[in-house]
Amino acid sequence: MKEEIIIAGFGGQGVLSMGKILAYSAIMQDLEVTWMPSYGPEMRGGTANVCVIVSDRKISSPIITRYDTAIILNQQSLDKFEGSIKAGGLLVYDPSGITRVPERKDITVCSIDAIDVAAEIGNAKVYNMAVLGAYLKMRPALKMENVVRGLEKSIPSRYADMIQKNREAIEKGMERVKILSEIR
Amino acid sequence: MTEKILMKGNEAIAISAIRNGVDGYFGYPITPQSEVMETLMKEKPWETTGMVVLQAESELSSINMVYGGACCGKKVMTSSSSPGISLMSEGISYLAGAELPCVIVDVMRGGPGLGTIQPSQSDYSQCVKGGGHGDYHCIVIAPASPQDMYDFVDWGFELAFKYRNPVIILADGIIGQLMEKVELHPSKPRRTDAEILAAAPWATVGKPAGKERNIITSLSLDAGTQEAFNRKLLAKFREIEANEVKYAGYLTEDAEYLLVAFGCASRICEAAVDMLREEGIMAGLLRPITLYPFPEKEISRLASRVRSMMSIELNLGQMVEDVRLAVNGKCPVGFYGRQGGNVFTPEEIMEEFKKFNNLK
Repeated sequence: MKEEIIIAGFGGQGVLSMGKILAYSAIMQDLEVTWMPSYGPEMRGGTANVCVIVSDRKISSPIITRYDTAIILNQQSLDKFEGSIKAGGLLVYDPSGITRVPERKDITVCSIDAIDVAAEIGNAKVYNMAVLGAYLKMRPALKMENVVRGLEKSIPSRYADMIQKNREAIEKGMERVKILSEIR
Repeated sequence: MTEKILMKGNEAIAISAIRNGVDGYFGYPITPQSEVMETLMKEKPWETTGMVVLQAESELSSINMVYGGACCGKKVMTSSSSPGISLMSEGISYLAGAELPCVIVDVMRGGPGLGTIQPSQSDYSQCVKGGGHGDYHCIVIAPASPQDMYDFVDWGFELAFKYRNPVIILADGIIGQLMEKVELHPSKPRRTDAEILAAAPWATVGKPAGKERNIITSLSLDAGTQEAFNRKLLAKFREIEANEVKYAGYLTEDAEYLLVAFGCASRICEAAVDMLREEGIMAGLLRPITLYPFPEKEISRLASRVRSMMSIELNLGQMVEDVRLAVNGKCPVGFYGRQGGNVFTPEEIMEEFKKFNNLK
């Protein structure tokens, strides 16, 4: 099992921390992971992305250019990464920032209205976990108990109440994910 | 069971320093290694192990604080990135000249000059060949993962004290920023005063009655004395070359073609080797872990068996010079590199490899 994932959006949307929680959850399941952010002269409001690789074997290159899954949170990122998803791969996106819908016909495409989920829970910070929930529903390799342990490892203990809210967002994200086209 | 934590290479350096009984860290922030000091400041080791963490006013200050701490036999270190290492180079030469142990971390970025902040391996020549003035070598070790970053701090101090010589951990922006699982081995306490006296009898810790005073200096005005000292250094470097070479081979034993790469480039090359093997091309990879001392014997041994070697680096071709010297004409040696903070992909390496070897 090897899953190569890109998570991309605006800085501040929780792209890097979503990747971190995903990576930590995989560690809790005794898998190998790499988490490699795009880093450069980035600025607030600019684009941010991170590549996460999860594998049951040792991972060689942390640098990848083709992805099994792309989790996309804005139009710039969709334009940049839609073409790099492997045939048969998965695209999860939040339609709120999207003006041009995905065009690929050889991948599974699904959407998640994560802003709604965050609004229902009453905390904008859990937005990214709703998106993560949508992904976890589509690729159920990680057990929920390990995801919760991943959350506990990633969130400082002084924000313990956030663990429950994040968990709720993940579960709602799993319920709300919409499959737009599916490749089996 | 050892604890496994997801951390960046830079964070691993800081956590390892605290857990391995380092006495002092002196540094000045610079991307892409600022998390080293940020992590130390967050962890506040001065409240637990008593480790000193100090943000100096410049790289010049930090390296000279390292000199001062090292004179006292303390385990002291600094970290920086390329332009900062240039600023430290005078101090590194003095540390080598005074035979002082210390660990210096260089998380390389693109150069020359201020360059970029993205990853690069373009300080190979600077760190391996000198950087500062005079006849000296730093021991240079090249991590390829956050786990290596963690492990190499302790290994670095072991080598530094064994040979009374500065050790450089030569990392790059990828290894600094990359997060992976890191196993935390059982921690070591800081040395007591008695342990320092035993490990570093040369240290300047105050003159006890009945004992000659220790003098630490890199100055000798007499040409004869200086030459004798240079010869002594040479003997030390020969000993290091004989005892401390470390490398890792990946599918080298049945390889017909060899890639040579260190640090992050070796990880990308490993993926390229796998892809080449899938196509039936017998490629292998040699990763030098110590860059000084360089694994020249192993490269020479493999050179008589393979059809070609290719050095893959994030620079214009620096380590390839050492590969050529070790190969000494036994097989063709090629090079491929990217610069400016751009990073090659496994596919790109595979393509360049085929071009060089006239393979389809």
